[in-house]
Amino acid sequence: MENKNLREEIIRRSGVNPLKCMRCGKCSGTCPAYDEMEYHPHQFVYMVETGDIEPLMNSKSLYKCLTCFACVDRCPRGVEPAKLIESVRLSVIRQQGNNHLNTDTIPDIIDEEMPQQAIVTALRKYNK
Amino acid sequence: MQRIGVFVCWCGSNIAGTVDVQAVAEALKTEPGVVFSTNYQYMCSQAGQDIMKQAIKEHNLTGVVVCSCSPRMHETTFRKTAAAAGLNPYMVEIANIREQCSWVHKDMPTGTEKAIILGKAAIAKVNLNTPLTPGESPVTKRALVIGGGIAGIQTALDIADAGFEVDIVEKKPTIGGKMAQIDKTFPTLDCAACILTPKMVDVAQNEKIRIFSYAEVTDVKGFVGNFTATIKKKARYVKEDVCTGCGICTEKCPQKKVPNEFNLGMDNRRAVYIPFAQAVPKVATIDPDHCTMLKTGKCGVCAKVCTAGAIDYTQKDEFIEENYGAIVVATGYNPISMDKFDEFAYNQSKDVITSLEYERLMNAAGPTAGKLLRPSDGKHPHTIVFVQCVGSRCSACDEKGKEYCSKICCMYTAKHAMLTRDKYPDTDVYVFYIDVRTPGKSFDEFYRRAVEDYGVHYIKGMVGKVMPEGDQLKVRASDLLANKQINIDADLVVLAAAIEPDKSARPLATMLTASMDTNDFFTEAHPKLRPVESPTAGVFLSGACQGPRDIPETVAQAGAAASKVIGLLAKDKLTCNPCVASSNEIMCNGCSSCANVCPYGAITYVEKEFRQPDRTTLVRRVASVNEAVCQGCGCCTVVCPSGAMDLKGFANNQIMSEVDAICK
Ligand SMILES: Cc1cc2nc3c(=O)[nH]c(=O)nc-3n(C[C@H](O)[C@H](O)[C@H](O)COP(=O)(O)OP(=O)(O)OC[C@H]3O[C@@H](n4cnc5c(N)ncnc54)[C@H](O)[C@@H]3O)c2cc1C
Ligand code: SF4
Ligand code: SF4
Ligand code: SF4
Ligand code: SF4
Repeated sequence: MENKNLREEIIRRSGVNPLKCMRCGKCSGTCPAYDEMEYHPHQFVYMVETGDIEPLMNSKSLYKCLTCFACVDRCPRGVEPAKLIESVRLSVIRQQGNNHLNTDTIPDIIDEEMPQQAIVTALRKYNK
Repeated sequence: MQRIGVFVCWCGSNIAGTVDVQAVAEALKTEPGVVFSTNYQYMCSQAGQDIMKQAIKEHNLTGVVVCSCSPRMHETTFRKTAAAAGLNPYMVEIANIREQCSWVHKDMPTGTEKAIILGKAAIAKVNLNTPLTPGESPVTKRALVIGGGIAGIQTALDIADAGFEVDIVEKKPTIGGKMAQIDKTFPTLDCAACILTPKMVDVAQNEKIRIFSYAEVTDVKGFVGNFTATIKKKARYVKEDVCTGCGICTEKCPQKKVPNEFNLGMDNRRAVYIPFAQAVPKVATIDPDHCTMLKTGKCGVCAKVCTAGAIDYTQKDEFIEENYGAIVVATGYNPISMDKFDEFAYNQSKDVITSLEYERLMNAAGPTAGKLLRPSDGKHPHTIVFVQCVGSRCSACDEKGKEYCSKICCMYTAKHAMLTRDKYPDTDVYVFYIDVRTPGKSFDEFYRRAVEDYGVHYIKGMVGKVMPEGDQLKVRASDLLANKQINIDADLVVLAAAIEPDKSARPLATMLTASMDTNDFFTEAHPKLRPVESPTAGVFLSGACQGPRDIPETVAQAGAAASKVIGLLAKDKLTCNPCVASSNEIMCNGCSSCANVCPYGAITYVEKEFRQPDRTTLVRRVASVNEAVCQGCGCCTVVCPSGAMDLKGFANNQIMSEVDAICK
């Protein structure tokens, strides 16, 4: 039941509808970080869809995603796997109970061209 | 006062399950005008119809209300029944107590209450019904076929075979369509030209068929049985009736670098050209965009070498008007543009090609004379990657892809892969698929043969990226069953591009007032029961203009469309729908509101003399409805500010009395 709530939360926060996925594998066929990952983009989508969230949250794969958005750009069904990954990452972070970022330092570190999601993700990842 | 009979149908348990039919019949008995009311298990059955006929005679009924299924289902049935008993068929009204009542309600009391109300409304309407008599219009016994692909060719041949004249209007210089560009055809692998060109010759030789090639339909007026089409014959600068098709001009023209569209730009043609050896009509055409004579007035080589004297640089576009009884749309399809799919590098490398280009590469009359050579360096490719579903089943990419499955690409990709392995066993052939969809006669067997007998590597997964590097293409893809990302160094990548309707289809649909779906495929009158007719009377659909389809399906549909056309042209007169608009001349103020909204162009204005009370005459402009064109949609009645426009059978007072009956 807890998993079901977690699943709902991850889906709601990401704005992604995993049911749109037709399991073509184009996301995984395009992901530059594929070989680093234990679970791959299309598996992410499927695991969230079926509520198999625990293994995802414990996997290093979460932090291997570059947030390059290649999968988001190329997915023929508009599923946006990277947003789902980000959402799972957030769940992990929120479970740990603290935000790794001091908001005052943000302006100094960001690069103008960086996508917003990458900024948030990268800071959470490295500012341990 | 009318004498109305009410017949409440049970439709087995479909209606009787949620509506107390007995109570409905009872309740309606006391409505104004009702002299007879009954219920029966199946009103549409022979026994049910007999009950109605008998009641009409016994009770001298002047009107009938059937409380049953949708009028779309059985209105015609019950009208015929009433007519057989001597009643005007337009004195029959249906109260839909199935689709709009029993099927949407769960409990008996609500269902029954609503059924009674619907019955009352229908009774109120019948009280105001007047007998209507359908008019008649003549039929021009000739057909127009727009598009000369295999669909148009087959339809024209079948119509001509029944003895009617047919004109084919084809926008390209030759008929044949995409099938002429295909090398071999699945699932039997016969050569496309061998089965197509005899049909093209039949068309050319058939006395009943005229071909307007290099021509377009620019305007259509009229209605079923009586269309008038304007055909634009584009100037080809060659006299069609004089040119012998010898081709000498196409060999001598100094303009050699014009991309050859028949081979999809993979080789060049001259400025004067005949698209391919078996073209019909076999007549040269000068391309005004590339001919130096037409552009600068200098050259004239073709006119000098043409012994027949067919070249005419002064030719102009010509417009002709022709009358037809029926029109068949057969405008086919095109592969979508690959420009926006950057990930496949189509615009970066010549060695990334579409499947239709691959057909030309395999074809003996193609740019490589049938040898499989890479477009970039003319070398023989050893590793070939085919990608299915490129731009198909793509709901995310509005402006670049299509949400539907293109239906033909699984099969032609299997064909390409198999033929490649057969002819060049030294090649490695990979096919990336999301699903393999092969639901046709001998189709799955065909695909399995590619895998089992020809060793084609089918990989479940999609190509994510193609990167040109040196003279190779690095293909990155997923292998979902192995749960791996794989990289293949390919020599050639072939994209199974989605297909879409011809760009001219939408303006054509507007011209014909034929409807289209959101993808610009023509819509059929009924997806199951009237698949080859457009909802616009007299307009029929043939081939891939209606949706993706292969040749066997196209030919079957082409024949079906022809038989519908023949059925129409065989009639001497057509009965019109009498439920059409008519304008009350006294009330009409000639404002044009109705003509502006009429989707069928049925309304014109006439000058009429009216006698004034003081005996002088006044000439006024008033609306006049062409009853044969009017489809009875009712738009005009809604916009008429003076209430002059009314619809027979759906008159304003009838509708209002129905509303009153419901609200009472
Ligand atoms: C790569 C590839 C391989 C294929 N291989 C096979 C196969 O092996 N077996 C098989 O069964 N099917 C195959 N097909 C499918 C086949 O091509 C189609 O089923 C068939 O061509 C449909 O015929 P059509 O006449 O409806 O359309 P088209 O062939 O597209 O013909 C339409 C014609 O109408 C003309 N036209 C368009 N608009 C207008 C206009 N406004 N005015 C006048 N003329 C107009 C066009 O110029 C064209 O000549 C293949 C398709 C592709 C893309
Ligand atoms: S955003 Fe992440 S999952 Fe998507 S392609 Fe890039 S690295 Fe892979
Ligand atoms: S690309 Fe999109 S549809 Fe295809 S597997 Fe990935 S998420 Fe699913
Ligand atoms: S006149 Fe035009 S078509 Fe004729 S030979 Fe010269 S360039 Fe070619
Ligand atoms: S026919 Fe096959 S390749 Fe073509 S879109 Fe459909 S599933 Fe994809």
